[in-house]
Order: sequence, then structure tokens, then C-alpha cells
Amino acid sequence: MSGYDTYNYDVLVIGAGGAGLRAAIEASAQGVSVGLVCKSLLGKAHTVMAEGGIAAAMANVDDRDNWKVHFTDTMRGGQYLNNWRMAELHAKEAPDRVNELEAWGALFDRTKDGKILQRNFGGHKYPRLAHVGDRTGLEMIRTLQDHCIHQGVEVHMECTIITLLKDGDRVVGAFGYERERGRFKTFHAKAVILATGGVGRSYKITSNSWEYTGDGHALAYDAGAELIDMEFLQFHPTGMIWPPSVRGILVTEGVRGEGGVLLNKNGERFMFNNIPELYRNQTSDNEEEGWRYIQGDKNAKRPPELLTRDHVARCIVREIKEGRGSPHGGVFLDISWIKKKISNAEEHIKKKLPGMYHMFKKLGDIDITKEPMEIGPTTHYMMGGIRVNAESQMSTVTGLFAAGECGAGLHGANRLGGNSLSDLLVFGKRAGEYAAKFAKENNAGILDEKQITKAANWSLLPFEREKGDSPFDVQFALQEMMQQLVGIVRNETEMMRAKEHLRLMRQRSENVRVTGNREFNPGWHTALDLHNMIITSEAITMAAMERKESRGAHFREDYPDKDPNCGKFNLIIKKNTEGQMIIRQEPIPEIREELKKIIEEMK
Amino acid sequence: MPTATFQILRGDANKGNFESYDLEISEGMVVLDAVLLIQAKYANDLAVRWNCKAGHCGSCSAEVNGIPKLMCMCRMSDLPLDKPVLVQPMKAFPLIKDLVTDVSWNFEVKKKIKKFKPRKPDAEDGTWRMAQEDIDRVQEFRKCIECFLCQDVCHVLREHHLHDRFSGPRYFVHIASLEMHPLDIEDRREDLKKTDGIGFCNITKCCTNVCPQEITITDNAIIPLKERVADRFYDPLKRIFRMFRGKK
Repeated sequence: MSGYDTYNYDVLVIGAGGAGLRAAIEASAQGVSVGLVCKSLLGKAHTVMAEGGIAAAMANVDDRDNWKVHFTDTMRGGQYLNNWRMAELHAKEAPDRVNELEAWGALFDRTKDGKILQRNFGGHKYPRLAHVGDRTGLEMIRTLQDHCIHQGVEVHMECTIITLLKDGDRVVGAFGYERERGRFKTFHAKAVILATGGVGRSYKITSNSWEYTGDGHALAYDAGAELIDMEFLQFHPTGMIWPPSVRGILVTEGVRGEGGVLLNKNGERFMFNNIPELYRNQTSDNEEEGWRYIQGDKNAKRPPELLTRDHVARCIVREIKEGRGSPHGGVFLDISWIKKKISNAEEHIKKKLPGMYHMFKKLGDIDITKEPMEIGPTTHYMMGGIRVNAESQMSTVTGLFAAGECGAGLHGANRLGGNSLSDLLVFGKRAGEYAAKFAKENNAGILDEKQITKAANWSLLPFEREKGDSPFDVQFALQEMMQQLVGIVRNETEMMRAKEHLRLMRQRSENVRVTGNREFNPGWHTALDLHNMIITSEAITMAAMERKESRGAHFREDYPDKDPNCGKFNLIIKKNTEGQMIIRQEPIPEIREELKKIIEEMK
Repeated sequence: MPTATFQILRGDANKGNFESYDLEISEGMVVLDAVLLIQAKYANDLAVRWNCKAGHCGSCSAEVNGIPKLMCMCRMSDLPLDKPVLVQPMKAFPLIKDLVTDVSWNFEVKKKIKKFKPRKPDAEDGTWRMAQEDIDRVQEFRKCIECFLCQDVCHVLREHHLHDRFSGPRYFVHIASLEMHPLDIEDRREDLKKTDGIGFCNITKCCTNVCPQEITITDNAIIPLKERVADRFYDPLKRIFRMFRGKK
């Protein structure tokens, strides 16, 4: 192998989306040295794509809101598989984290009395999402980025981590390459925070970019950490479906929050046909009441379009399967209808949803103020991930922390819209704080040259092969397969096939060939990403086979009902000493009496 | 399905030439789709940056038929297909490889701009009150996705290479978003004149024309900043006043 440069930090943060940036800011504020590594340029991480808003019970729009309601909503949305301590911390701390963004320069849309405006979103009882039109993620990432660059954090842009480095049982650094010249970099750190985001790239139809290859999940798994809830992958109900080139791109839930309705080809608002028991008391059964809710009538109940994402996505799939879909295999999402209700509808839509207006106009030749959009479910968010301690965000491996989408526990079986951005802030901060604390209390471990050499040699193998598949072909085959066999609707037979496919793909991925040299070579990058994509796909499949019921985002047509016994455990995945993936059930810890009471009271 | 020929610049800072690729064009296709298909089919090592594919992240900036654009928002149906589609990297920055340029200079410029400094909170709980009307204009600037197309097209950088004396339209938008922020109490006018070199801009509006977020860069950001600088440094009455007060 060729050489590498070494960098020393107290805390190394891998990933520079919302969670990574917030973690880096916090760690640095605690007075330790911080390195920040990201796969793309700074400010381009997927947080930038978040549209709807940040959920925080600030009660600026509806004074009945408070952390208890937010906590209850989150637990209900997650079908009670959530780590209740995380849900509690999240609900309590989110308002402070949002206000902090304002103190750092963020400019949220305002209420009439000058406070931060909050909007309606699926599964949230009251208007709760702080937002900026439909570009909240951009506002958030830019605010964090601009604050972070003045904090003395050293940023390594366009750098990918290949492996974590261990000293005995403890993580003491990471090894990777920078894209520009393909040179290796070794990071020696007292604590490492993973904030690498999701896994959506393993699916054909996804709202995720090329970066979301489950890197953090796989790095942690390979380092011996436990993964949890991997069967719960969120399919966002509304992705673009036409033209083909935009398939999967996110259409914000904010469209429904502003009054958008879902229609089948007969023009029927099909969401009224199936309101789940858990939400019956909170959901309106007629159009008139639903509209009053959107208009802010505190006595009205939510329209069914604002039910949780898992449910809405399944209803859409049902309409399509039963032949009531739109011409290109989706359903209609219509916001233009509000012109029947308000006089300045066109202006209102452009003001509240400028990005959606622009995107459909430009990419789909559709004017959303005049005609409905065609939408369908898209792979969006991984609820499962690295198992962490609720307070400190430390994984089950010493010195290794995780925050944001790659960490897990807060969302249980299904995430509520808006809870992701608040998750990034609340637990990004906590990870930064506790990683800094860990770094202060521990010496730097020892780097093992053998681990570095092994990783470097492995990464260069694709260049040495004389023949082999193109890494892109293997990636496409994996995406196609996972979409078909471990998608929204699952069954045992298909997942057995998926398991076999994954075994073969593993072999194929180990024999891909890369042309050219190491300088900014996407073929090489993809070849290395395959390892992580396959591990996460295996974990998803294994957990999905093990959970023999339907709950939240996990739907099995061979076990279509919820099984109360399955509501008592989470599924934990780990690599055993022989290098095999193993799974076990672990009982959910008894919820604290006080929290249990809150949930009961709000039922 | 129709076919198009793409001529994509392949190479690095030392040498580069256009290579031709033929591709079938499907409905709704954008230039980025084509480039990624070419990468997957014919040239695995073709270097290109992209992320969101929806005009939100500003990664896939390049020049299509000579015009700076986001490739993800450039529809094939808007281009003449009877001649080759020319795709090349941004010209104002050093080439790394193929369509990827070294934009690190931009990040360095930003670091030097004085950061946001808010006034004391308005309420006891540490929060502020702002009217929507007062933040509308700043929200326009904050739409910027840092694609750097405005930097690419600006002749001060593109033709005259004054990177060490001129911050460029992107950073005037950034400074405007700070200076016009209702809570900010920092003063950046001296920097604007001296280190950011706002005087070099002669308001040709090229930046405004290429902005994919349709920010009216020149009229709403640069001209008001120029006025603030003029007001601070060139107002004769204030100059005399400052002379007596012993300030510069």
C-alpha cells in the first residue's frame, strides 16, 4: 500500500449533516479538539433536502402543546417500540435546540406576534413544526455550518471512512480516503461519533442521494456494535413518480399540512376509508372538519391525510394494487383544490411551498397551483440503526457514539415527520457533549498498523482484478432486488429469496473491477460502498424475517396483524466472533410509571 | 426514443479533451441523468459531483452548452439535440478531474466573513420577536444553495481571476443576509470595501441571471451593500464629522 497522513483529535465526527454538525459544535464548545469528516462538500448532506420542519413543542401556535403531548405523539407513532427515555429527552429538549438555531442566525417563518411559526404535520396533535417555507433543512444545515466554521473545527471534505480502528474493545480512530486524489487518511481520536445518515441507496426508488449507503451502520457493526430495529424502514408516502428520471424525489408532507388531499383516479379521498383504531379519536371523518383543522380551528380533528407515514403509504399501495391508481402507477396529491376555499390560493401555495412549486414546474411540467401531482411511496428513512445509550449516545462499543439517522431508538416502528430534524439537534448535541466528556476522561488509545494495512489493501483490490463486474451493475442489481423483495409489503418466501440473492451479491461485490486510477473515481467509491450496502440490506432482511407481525413501517402480508407479544421486544443484530450476523429479541425495559401515566391520560 | 450525443470534458488540470458518448433520451430526462448513465455504462471513473437531484443542494454545477447550470435542473427537452450537448466543468475554479473543480476557495472566503452577532434577546426566555415583513428580504438570500454558479459566471473571477481581492456574488448575498438580518448588530462595511472588494462589481447582473434559486443578487443584495459602503465611506458630511471625531 501507499502511505497515509495521520490526524489527531480528541473527538472525530464522521458525517456533516444536522447531527454531525451539531455534535461537532457541541464537542468543540466543551473545549476539545474536533475533526469533522464528510463524504460530500460541506453543507450538501441530506439534511439539506429536509423540507417540512423541525418538531418541537414550543406552543407558539397552539398553547395546549407541551413536551408531554409531543412525547405521547412520538410513542404512539412508533407503536410503543421506541426507547422511551430518548422520546422523553427529545420532547423536552427540542424547543431549546430550535431557539438555539435562531440565536445562531436561522430565520424561521413567523407568527403574527413575531414568534417562530409552527405548522401541522402527520401524527402531531398540534401544529408543531418550526419551518421556513419548504426548505427548512437548508436553513438548518446552513445555520449549523456557518456557526461551526467559526468554532475551530477542522473539516475534511469529500473524505470517506473505510473502517473504524480499535484498540482492544475500544474504538480509537478511523481510516479512510479523500476523493480528490484518492489518498489515505488515518484519524486518531479519543472518541468517534458516527453521524452518517441512512441506507436508502440500497433501494431503487428512494429520496436519498448516493451518499446514503449505510456507512455508519456497517462501520459500527463491523466494529462489534449492536444494531436495533433494522426491520423498520420508512417509505415516505409522497415521492415524485413521473417523469421516470425524478422517481423517488421527496414531496414534502407539508403539502398535506397546508391542506393537500390524496385522491384516487375516481377523484375519491380514499384516506377516509381506513382510519386505524389507535387514531380514531384524533381523526376527522369528514372533509368539512378536516379543512377547519387546517385553518386552525382548535375544536376540529385532523384530516386523515395527516395520519402517520406508514399508514398513508400502505393506503396508497392498496389503491394502486386494487386498480384505482393514477396513469403512471401512483395516486394524486392535490393542493390546488384549496382555491375553492380561499381567494388567494395560488399566492398562498407559492409562499408556503415554493420549492415544490418550482420542482414540479421545472422537472414535471406540472403547475401545482392548478393541477394535482402524481405521487407514490419512496424509500426515505431508516428508523433502525446503531443501538445507543439514551443519555450519552454511546453505542455498545466503548468510545463509539452515534447520532441522527444512523443512531436508533427514538422513533420505534415509525418516525413522525419533523421528528428527524429535532432528533439531529437533540442527540447530535448530546453525542458531542458526551464524546467530549469521554475524551477528557480517557487517553488516546493505540493505533494498530495491521488494521490500517489490512483496510488499505482491501480497498485497493478492485484495481488489481483483470476482469469482474462493474460496481454500478452490482449496485443496480441490489437496488432492484431489495425494492422487489424487501419493500413496503413483505413475505417469508420473497425474503428467503432476498437472503439467497444477498449471499450471491456479496460474492459479486468481492469481485468487482474498477478502471482508471484513484483520483476522484466514482467507480472505485461505489465498489467500496457495496460492502456497507450489503451489510445493511442483510440486517434489514434478517430483522424483517424475524418480526412475524405487521407494525409501523414493517408490513408482512403473511402476518398482516399486530401481535401484542411482538410489541414487547426489539430486535438486536450483532456480528458474532465467527463473523456471522446473529439476531436476538430483547425485552423492552419497563416504562417509568410517570411516563406510562402520561400516555394513559392522553389516549 | 431519440438519441443525443454528449461531449464531456475528460481530464485534469494538465490535459483534457472532449469525449463523445451517444445515449438514448427518455421522457423527462435531465443532463445529470445522462451524465450518470454514461458513468455507469461507459466510463465508471467519470468524475462528477451530485447529491439531491432536485435543485436543493447545489452540487452538480457545470456548464452545459457554455451556460453555467445545475445539471439536475437542466431538461434534455430544453436543449437542441441535432448537435452535440457540450458538458464541461465550471471555468472559474481549478479543475480537479472531468466535471469536478476545486471550489475550496469559496469555503475559505466564507470563514473570513464576520459571523452572525445577535442583539440581546427580546423576551425573558431568551427568544426574539420579529415580524414576517422584516425577514422576507433576508429569507430570499438564505435560499442560496451554494452552487457557486454566480461565482463561476462573474467576470471578476472568471476572466480577471481576482480571487484574492474579491469575494464574489455568493458572499455578497451571504453578507447581505447578515447585514440585513433584523437581529444582527455586527458592522461589515469596512470589510466589504477592503477585503471583499465590492467595488470591483460593476453590476452586469450575470450572477442574477444564472442563479437557480432566482435570487435577485445584484438588485437586492449587491446594490444595497454598495450603498451602505458609500454611505459609510464617501458621504462628505459624515467624513467631516468623522475628521473632527478623530476617526478614519
